[in-house]
Parts: sequence; C-alpha cells; structure tokens
Amino acid sequence: MKIGIVVDIVTFIAISVALYFAFIYAPVEAQMGPVQKIFYFHVASAWISFFAFFVTFICSFFVLFTNKYFFDDLASASAEIGIVFCTIVLITGPIWAKPVWGTWWTWDPRLTTTLILWFIYVGYLMLRKFLDEEDKRAKFSAALGIIGFIDVPIVFFSIRWWRTIHPNVVQQGGGGLHPDMLTALLVSIFAFTMLYITFMIKTTTVKHLFRRYEKLTVDR
Amino acid sequence: MKKYFSTVYYIVEKDLLLEVKSKEVVVSMLLFSLLVVIVFSFIFEPGAEYKNDLVGGILWMAFIFSGVLGLNKSMLNETTGGNLNALLLAPVDRSAVFFGKVVSNCFFLVIMEAITIPIFMVFYNINIFGHSVLAALVIFLGTYGFSVLGTLFSLISVKTKTREVMLPLLLLPLMIPIILAGIQCLNIYIKNGDITESYKWLKLIGVFDVIFTAVIFAIFDYIVEE
Repeated sequence: MKIGIVVDIVTFIAISVALYFAFIYAPVEAQMGPVQKIFYFHVASAWISFFAFFVTFICSFFVLFTNKYFFDDLASASAEIGIVFCTIVLITGPIWAKPVWGTWWTWDPRLTTTLILWFIYVGYLMLRKFLDEEDKRAKFSAALGIIGFIDVPIVFFSIRWWRTIHPNVVQQGGGGLHPDMLTALLVSIFAFTMLYITFMIKTTTVKHLFRRYEKLTVDR
Repeated sequence: MKKYFSTVYYIVEKDLLLEVKSKEVVVSMLLFSLLVVIVFSFIFEPGAEYKNDLVGGILWMAFIFSGVLGLNKSMLNETTGGNLNALLLAPVDRSAVFFGKVVSNCFFLVIMEAITIPIFMVFYNINIFGHSVLAALVIFLGTYGFSVLGTLFSLISVKTKTREVMLPLLLLPLMIPIILAGIQCLNIYIKNGDITESYKWLKLIGVFDVIFTAVIFAIFDYIVEE
C-alpha cells in the first residue's frame, strides 16, 4: 500500500515536470510551431502502449505455464492501459499530422501498424468480456496475447513493403532533433512510464479485490 | 511421431466422412464466396479497364469472408454434443487433434477455392495463372495460414457468449499480413508484373505460416488444459 502512495506522488511530480519541459523548456519548433508540442505526449504514449502490450505478452506466457491468476490480472490490466494509450496515440497523431502533412491520415507503416494493434487488443478485451469461465478466459486471452504480439512485427514489415511499392506517401522527417527537445521527450517518457506503473498498481489491485469478492459471493 | 501423424490422419478422416455426408461446410462456403465475387462486381462499370487493379483483392475477400463462415460452421459441428471436449480428453497429443482440424479446414477451403477460381476467372475475364502458376502456391500457403489461426480462434470464439461474431473480430486484424501479401502477389500475376517482385511476398506468407504453426504447436496443450 505504501509503495502505491510513493508511486502516486512520484508520478504526480514527474507529470508536472514533464509538462514544464514540454511547454516551457523545449523550444518552439521553427516550421511546425506550437503544434509540435503534441510530439512529447504522442511519442510517450506510443512507447507506453507498446510496452504495455509487451507486458501482456510476457504475462500471457506465465498464465499458460504457471496457471496463476495473478498473471492474468497483470496481463489484462496492462492490455487495458495499453488500449487507452494506443487510443491517445491514434487521436494525437492526426491532430499533429493535419497542419504538418496536410492530411489527417496516411497509410504509413507506423500509423497502420498502430491502428491494427488497436484492433487486436480491442478484440482481446472483448474476448475477455464474453468469456464467463475464469479458467477459459485466462487461457484463451493468453493465447491471443501471445499470438497478437508476435503478429505485430509481421504486420509492420508487410505494410512497409506495401508502401515501398507506392512511394508517394509523405515521408516522416525525423533526424535532427534539438537537444532540448530530446531532453523534454525523455522526461516525458519517464513521466508516462511512472503513470503506467501507477495505473498498473491500481488496476491490478482492483482486479485482485474483484476476484476475491467474486469468490466470497460464490462461496456464500 | 508416427502416432502423432496417425491421430492427425484420423481426425481428418472423420471430418471428411462427415463432410461427404452432410456437405454443409463446403457448400455454404462456396455459395458465399460466389456471392461475394458477384456482389463485388458491381463496384465497376462492365468491362472497365481498371478492374485488373481490384480483382485480386476481391478474390481474397471472397476467400476470407467465406472462410470465416466455414470455420465457424466446422467448429460448431465439433462442439455440439461435446465432441470437442471428448476429443481433447482422449489419450492422444492434443495438438495432433488441433492440427487434424487445421488440415481438414484447409482442405475444405481449398475445395471451395478450386471451384470459386474458375468461375471467378470467367466472370471477370481474367487468368490468374496465365503469367505464373505460382498463384496457386500463394493461395495455398495463404489458405494454410488462415486455417492455422482460424481454427485456433474458432475454437476460442465458440466458447464465448457471442459465439460466431467473435471470430472475424479476432481473426481479421491478425490475418492482415497474409491478406496484404496475397493481394500483392495476385496483382503482380494478373498485371503481368515482375515475378521476382512476388518472391518476397511469398516468403512473407511462408514465414507467417511457419511462425504460427510453431507457436501454436508449442502452446496449444497449455491453452486447452483444464
């Protein structure tokens, strides 16, 4: 419990510092203007969503090999958080892309892969919702957690090849990032990672309590 | 090893005998795929030039959608009367039971495709094998990949409350590499493109098949263990 409070406080401070770094410390981008600020939250959210799905992937193996529901709680909590951040990525991306690329959406490998990732894990959460038996829910969603994650790089490569056949897409700039911007990005990523840990602790606790509650009501 | 393959063989034999009697799976898939082929033809003007850009995609859509239908039907046959649970309780390798289902599903899909393709080629006035017979290999490998993931997820989705609705929602996003590579290959063959361009797509489908066959082979016992 005490660790939870400490993490909460650290997260609060980290997010405040990240806001300062993103909006005040980092210089305004010369060409894109203030809209570029979204970059710090966009990239950090993308990192968290991939990391969260990776945690789901690892925990899914533990579900299958150890049969412990604790890992099922971890896997599903991580997938729920991942979906939230993945949604943020998919919303902030177009907001940035419209003024910079002149279009809301392009079928760039990264964009498309993120969108498909979103669909895979929404499917994961739906599957969990529609499976009543605790045991089957854990095992089946673990299978999807593993297969879905392995599928992601294959999706990425297939879409990258597809796009090289049609080279008329807007290429992402990348490269020359101002050092202050890089610092702001790293601070933001750290803050978001702390936020992820906070959410993980809370969601897993809720799931654990819910499981206990269900057990108690069944026993009665 | 020999026992493993004989289990696979018996499952396939059982499915084929059932199918020869009822013809439910293949006939419903076939009708649906032909309907998709026909309904999609309304996209373009009769005899339009640009149809060659689209027909490869239409053929794959017909296979994928009717495949989803067939996989559901095939797995529902298995769950009625608790047949699947009985099979998984049998003192044989569980993944052998699974791969038996994969092989029979793949076989049904291939039959459906073998009848759909000639009719499709007549309707659209196109020859997908004209440039290269590799088109057959692409379709076969794609179908196998579809059956491997499709059989696993049909097994999972029949256990959910929503039953058959769940299968396409889980399967389609995962199938995107196969759908994309399959369409790209067919486009190359239909438009008489550079055949060497299609090799990398073929490899992609091959890698997809190998990876998921291996992964499911490794984890299947744990997934269905009670």
